[in-house]
Amino acid sequence: MSSFRTAQIPLVSSHREVYEPCDDSFALVDALLADQVKLLNHHPTLCLEFGCGSGYVITSLALILGKEASATHYIATDINPHAIRVTQETLEAHGLHAELVCTDIASGLEKRLAGSVDVLVVNPPYVPTPEDEVGQDGIASAWAGGENGRSVIDRILPVADVLLSDKGWLYMVTLTANNPAQICLQMREKGYASRIVVQRSTEEESLHVIKFWKDADLQVDGKDSTHKTGPGKVVESLISQLPRLSFWRNNSNTSR
Amino acid sequence: MRLLTHNMLSSNIKGVINGFPLRIEVEKVVEKPVDFNPDFLKNMFSKIEWKPLVDASRTMGYAELPEEADASMLDSHDFLQRFHHALLELHLEEGALFCPETNRRFPVNKGIPNMLLHEDEV
Repeated sequence: MSSFRTAQIPLVSSHREVYEPCDDSFALVDALLADQVKLLNHHPTLCLEFGCGSGYVITSLALILGKEASATHYIATDINPHAIRVTQETLEAHGLHAELVCTDIASGLEKRLAGSVDVLVVNPPYVPTPEDEVGQDGIASAWAGGENGRSVIDRILPVADVLLSDKGWLYMVTLTANNPAQICLQMREKGYASRIVVQRSTEEESLHVIKFWKDADLQVDGKDSTHKTGPGKVVESLISQLPRLSFWRNNSNTSR
Repeated sequence: MRLLTHNMLSSNIKGVINGFPLRIEVEKVVEKPVDFNPDFLKNMFSKIEWKPLVDASRTMGYAELPEEADASMLDSHDFLQRFHHALLELHLEEGALFCPETNRRFPVNKGIPNMLLHEDEV
């Protein structure tokens, strides 16, 4: 086990058909680093990543949770067999292990892992592309997101809802073009609160890393929730600010 | 692939009713030591389908798990060590996962199961 805080770039393996760590990967790992104390106190038993690519994120997550979390098991999936190999090499170079499955999102795992995942991390293919570019072989699967970059994201969200445990957290990268406010609203309808952990603008794109968690006050149980103030207000303020305020980072009043 | 992962995998082919467990076909098994962590095992126990784990570990050449298990056995260090070994230290390095409902084989190469489907299976 290395003593680094995150995966070391020289140790990250590569392949011409595998997406290399880039701004979006760094933003996601920065979000996990920002939440390190919370993650350690969360004591996750099962952590999962969809679309592990180079392995940079799952390796970093394992390093961030560190030895104190030797009670944690890591699983990562990718639709690209080359990415799975590269992730394996990256993990080994850091002296770490995650179970790797070559599959589409969580196909084959959904049934038995339902309600068991305590931390789910996803850097989805979010780039708006023609729909027929989605799900192609090789490196294109790492970015091609179809209309508004939402094709794969919209398949991931219901799977995340199935897999997350009651205390489960989802960290996901989104692009402004994905309409993150609408994603938060959609998840809110399923009973999830959300918070922006990292916001980052580059010359090319504006990224948000959003964290979702089940909020009992938002559970869809037929009760009128309009009178509830706390969590609803947090979400509403988040949604109202998401597309516009690039400097807005997170809500310091929330505990997660 | 650890047997923990095998215990979490189901056949994902369209039309499959149950899909679990997948039958392990062994070409090569390797053993890799893993730090023993009783808390992890206790947390995982309730998520594990026991009989498929017993059958899978036997297929992998380890026949030391009791046929049946309940939570009271988690107090036994001996039981936890066997559970630990079966769940985490036995790796299917080469082989396949066979779906008895469809006769489909999912290959396992270099320890990685490939659950990708053909277009007509989705």
